[in-house]
Amino acid sequence: MKKIEAIIKPFKLDEVKDALNAIGIHGMTITEVKGFGRQKGHVEVYRGTEYEVNFLPKIKIEVVVPDSIIDKVMSTIIEKAKTGDIGDGKIFLCSLEDVIRIRTGEHGEAAI
Amino acid sequence: MKRFIILTLFILTFISGFAFAEDRMQNNPPTPPVAEQAAPAQPAPMSESAPAVVPETPKIDSGDTAWMIVATAFVMLMTLPGLALFYGGLAKRKDTLNTMAMSFVTYCIVSLLWVIYGYTFAFGTDVKGIIGGTEKLLLSGVGVNSLSMTIPEFIFIVFQLTFAAITVALASGAYIERMKFSAWVIFSVLWMTLVYVPVAHWVWGGGFLAKLGALDFAGGTVVHINAGVAALMGALVLGKRREAALKPSNLTLVVTGAGLLWFGWFGFNAGSAVAANGLAGAAFINTNTAAALAAVSWMFTEWVHTKKPTVLGLASGAIAGLVAITPAAGFVNIKGAIIIGILAGIVPYFSVATIKPKLGYDDSLDAFGIHGVGGTLGAILTGIFADPAINEAGKGLLYGNPGQLITQLIAVVVTILYSAVVTLIILLLVKAFVGIRVDAEHEITGLDESQHGEKAYNL
Repeated sequence: MKKIEAIIKPFKLDEVKDALNAIGIHGMTITEVKGFGRQKGHVEVYRGTEYEVNFLPKIKIEVVVPDSIIDKVMSTIIEKAKTGDIGDGKIFLCSLEDVIRIRTGEHGEAAI
Repeated sequence: MKRFIILTLFILTFISGFAFAEDRMQNNPPTPPVAEQAAPAQPAPMSESAPAVVPETPKIDSGDTAWMIVATAFVMLMTLPGLALFYGGLAKRKDTLNTMAMSFVTYCIVSLLWVIYGYTFAFGTDVKGIIGGTEKLLLSGVGVNSLSMTIPEFIFIVFQLTFAAITVALASGAYIERMKFSAWVIFSVLWMTLVYVPVAHWVWGGGFLAKLGALDFAGGTVVHINAGVAALMGALVLGKRREAALKPSNLTLVVTGAGLLWFGWFGFNAGSAVAANGLAGAAFINTNTAAALAAVSWMFTEWVHTKKPTVLGLASGAIAGLVAITPAAGFVNIKGAIIIGILAGIVPYFSVATIKPKLGYDDSLDAFGIHGVGGTLGAILTGIFADPAINEAGKGLLYGNPGQLITQLIAVVVTILYSAVVTLIILLLVKAFVGIRVDAEHEITGLDESQHGEKAYNL
């Protein structure tokens, strides 16, 4: 059981979500985040003056998956979120101690 | 804060002193019937063409009156919510409310001061070309039968009041995101009194610039150069913001505000004919043409210069066009309006995009770049394009009267010098008495929270 954190381009969210649903992922958390990597920032122009905007809007998807499908989930995200340009984002694979479903008190994979 | 309260009390005492003195005056000599004391026309043309028509006693005209009531309400809309939205949307999200509050409070302050003493000092009987007389303090002697030309004097007073209010509010665009609200309140009172009122008298109240023959249909010098120069002085005295970038909190508000300003400007310019007539029609069509062309010409200039046709560019261009056509609206023909419109999208653009960064002053929302520069452009072009076929009072360079251009330049230079010097003195006084700038922490957390204890957006 691991947690996958994927930072992706915002317009790719729907595609990624639908594809994950299709392979049996039925829960996820998303957050609107800002950050920069190799893409750096972008430039906005107000009244003829250019302003460098360092942090770009991205979407962070957090999804917890059983060990058996980790590779499949990662490859699905990569396939759907990829445009080939810089700024496509990153995936962080994190180890996870436990998951608890608050309503029932279930632990581990049963709670995912 | 204490000093602020004391100063406010002082100002109120000063005002009420006026009111009492005026009451006494009213009790002693019987006030003369005012009907024939028609206030001088706002635009020079009316007063000059008047002698031909006026020998009979002026009569109220219901058509003129109806239009001027509506036009006055139009101009009010320019400050609230027009300018408040335009400026508020351009401010950072932590300073939006404070920016709107500056326009709002100014409108209220001027509304009061104008009926107490602003009107009489601007439009009362001329004293040596410098200032109006005191006979209409607290609107003494103005009654329901008093006329200004063919409309009730009450309407004329409010019409002029809305001009005074927006002029003061315009300057706030250069001051935002760092000025103490208390300092702005005091500045509003002093600036309207010591700068707006005298200049309005010189140009429209029968003062020396009117006698010189300077053409200013609806306020290129009085409103826009005046406010623009005050904006520049404020930017210099206040100094740079800690984060001197233009980061509009909400450009949709800016577009809404620009639209309302454009709409209100029909009242501002066409209303300055002070009649529902052909001259109002000419001012109306010139206003619309120049605004539309300036919006498009600003957009294309920007498109070439920075590769993007921005929405803010369209809105800014429209305002620059409206500013530039303001002095010319009732003098030029449609060709003049087209040329003024095109230039108004180019000259203020470069003043904002190229010259401002080079000089390094922090005019937050380009009140000088658009109003000061656009107003100067319009005032000068009026001296070139004024067509006597539109308005016999104005004959420009192209129609064989090069002297008009000189007169316009004199009016521009006098306004710039006077506004610059007196605004500077006011700002330094305010700075010495109550302080003019919020401290660093308040500036960074935002003026909405530090000055008003509120937030514009709780999303």
